[in-house]
Amino acid sequence: MAKLTFTGGIHPYDGKELSKDKPILDFLPKGEMVYLLSQHIGAPARPVVKKGDSVLVGQKIAESVAFVSAPVHSSVSGTVKAIEPRRAVSGDMVQSIVIENDEMYDEVGFYPEAPLEKLSKTDIIDIIKEAGIVGMGGAGFPTHVKLSPKDPRKIDYIIANCAECEPYLTSDYRRMMEEPEKLIGGMKVILKLFDKALGILAIEDNKPDCIRIMKELTKNENRIVVKALKTKYPQGAERQIVYATTGRKINSSMLPADVGCIVNNVDTMVAVYRAVVEGIPSMERIITVTGDCIARPRNYRVRIGSSYRQLVEEAGGFTVQPEKIICGGPMMGVGIFDLDVPVTKTSTALLALSKDEVSLLAPSACINCGRCAQVCPGRVVPSRLADAAEHFDEETFLKYNGMECCECGCCSYICPAKRQLTQEIKSMRKIILAKRKK
Amino acid sequence: MSDSMKISSNPHVRSKATVSGIMAAVVVALMPAAGYGIYHFGPRALELILISIVSTVGTEFLFGLIRKKETVGDLSAVVTGLLLALNLPVSVPWWLPVIGGVFAILVVKELFGGLGQNFMNPALAARCFLLISFPALMTDFSYDAVTGPTPLAALKAGESVNVLDMIVGRTAGTIGETSLIAIVAGACFLILLGIIDLRIPGSYLITFLLFEAVFGRHGFDPAYLSAQLAGGGLMLGAFFMATDYVTRPITIGGQYLFGIFLGLMTGIFRIYGPGAEGVSYAIILGNLLVPLIEKITWPTAFGKGGGRREK
Repeated sequence: MAKLTFTGGIHPYDGKELSKDKPILDFLPKGEMVYLLSQHIGAPARPVVKKGDSVLVGQKIAESVAFVSAPVHSSVSGTVKAIEPRRAVSGDMVQSIVIENDEMYDEVGFYPEAPLEKLSKTDIIDIIKEAGIVGMGGAGFPTHVKLSPKDPRKIDYIIANCAECEPYLTSDYRRMMEEPEKLIGGMKVILKLFDKALGILAIEDNKPDCIRIMKELTKNENRIVVKALKTKYPQGAERQIVYATTGRKINSSMLPADVGCIVNNVDTMVAVYRAVVEGIPSMERIITVTGDCIARPRNYRVRIGSSYRQLVEEAGGFTVQPEKIICGGPMMGVGIFDLDVPVTKTSTALLALSKDEVSLLAPSACINCGRCAQVCPGRVVPSRLADAAEHFDEETFLKYNGMECCECGCCSYICPAKRQLTQEIKSMRKIILAKRKK
Repeated sequence: MSDSMKISSNPHVRSKATVSGIMAAVVVALMPAAGYGIYHFGPRALELILISIVSTVGTEFLFGLIRKKETVGDLSAVVTGLLLALNLPVSVPWWLPVIGGVFAILVVKELFGGLGQNFMNPALAARCFLLISFPALMTDFSYDAVTGPTPLAALKAGESVNVLDMIVGRTAGTIGETSLIAIVAGACFLILLGIIDLRIPGSYLITFLLFEAVFGRHGFDPAYLSAQLAGGGLMLGAFFMATDYVTRPITIGGQYLFGIFLGLMTGIFRIYGPGAEGVSYAIILGNLLVPLIEKITWPTAFGKGGGRREK
């Protein structure tokens, strides 16, 4: 059988060997914790604590104010020190709750609302909403919104995105190796919401041990199947994973639910399990700290709100001065200039590289080689879109389907002329989207 | 934070491929053809190759001074100079590749904006320019004091030709076109490196063969067809000039269409044209149609058009 995949894509150096065989370690932060009120897509949460209040682990410190929003919980016990703007990974100043960690980790006490069998569908959605769960793969879309499609009866597949196609990242892999039953448990909770849906665990075939464990654990589950995907970036992109596993295609104006699919990332599904079955809100995630500058590349179980600087120190600090520090993977991550930023629900990795390949290579003229078009999973022609973007030629940009770009970065990666294709297209898309909003 | 920190938008990694690397690979791939040409036609062939490369690279360098942007390092001018020399008969005077080289780089390439902006293959455009301007010099295929027709000319005149000689390259012709083995060896190297693929050469050669078989007045005569395939600039053109990135369609469907068009045009020129040759003009004409071909073969974006497709 042909391997499940999509057309296009690239095979960059994956760097996963640095951290893939290292068991997850617990990281205990010290001092100040910063909780951004906007760690998700949608309306920022509203604080329900004030300066001077003492809080416990798991206590809600900000509530959601709209349907598309998510509450925030404290991941430590301590005292609210301030409610003020703090720098986020993006470089922006974002309104945040700052808590001084007393390092006692006193908990509010976690009890599941009721056994899973006794919960109704609306109960489950409410628990997920109250637990502040958002898409932890990076997008940060509130999970309860995703799980409330217009017509739940039309959902045929629940896809667990276990591809982890982004180079260097091994957090999902470690989670699946160490706590596979929690991922499957989260899948079962979600399947309860959709009576006729089939659960798919979609795993790239560079993780054969993982595929084996999942197959073994699900062999008696008639509603969950494991599907091995070809290892290729961006196999874990939503449109590509939906296509690879179900053969259904969506474009930029559609959601997976439009073709009967819902896709959730590994950590999100585990968070669903923890919230519904164990009664614990979304307060932690697994983060890969890696790169050739990190003394001890590892995966850490990190409390949300921790500082990246402490996390780097925990991993042994830098062996050489990094030239580039990236929050996330090298393809989709965000370059940061300040390590004093907090971990959020959507953080996946901290990558410190001794060399910045981008600044070493100056762009030159396009030779029309067509490699960008060959690797583009969106099946557009990036070189021509970038030309249109350079001239702010909106008409040509739209005619050539510029809005179908998912900003995966394959074109910039592959370009022999080292053109900044993704960046040009991304800027143009932002301009057009901003215009449409007006 | 340290000043050495770099910030940029994603992605943060780049592949190893570079423009100069690709051009260098093409030069290496042309070495068997050039080497055989030098062996077959003598040291004069080497002189012409060097003169041609010096003219193209020199023109590029001088123009770079005017543009205040030096691009010699991308090696594309070396490829143009080499290809131009391989498309010349060994009997031409030294100044012919100089004129050709200057024309290729200055008129065809730099005046249109430099690498990536030319709409015709510079080496081929220069060859056609020389063919029109100096027809006698460009069609004098005498070598070793022997004056003989090229295999294709002989074939057109109704004579029989030795196909084995054509495959090895022991025939009259331009410096780089005579040996099928040498050209195909270089092409295989590029295909293995993933620099070219068989879309254009494949559709080109198959279309040409079918056209010759149907309209060539020799039917499916294998001797005639293999002589047509091995003769003239067809192989060099199909693998090294029709595949030129800048002047071929970027769309995949367009590349097949481009190959088919070249096959048809080459067939028409060879069968019905006054000369025995037709590859250069076919490719130049094809180059001109690229924007049109791209327009009708523009790809549909992922998820656009069409409904659900179940696996």
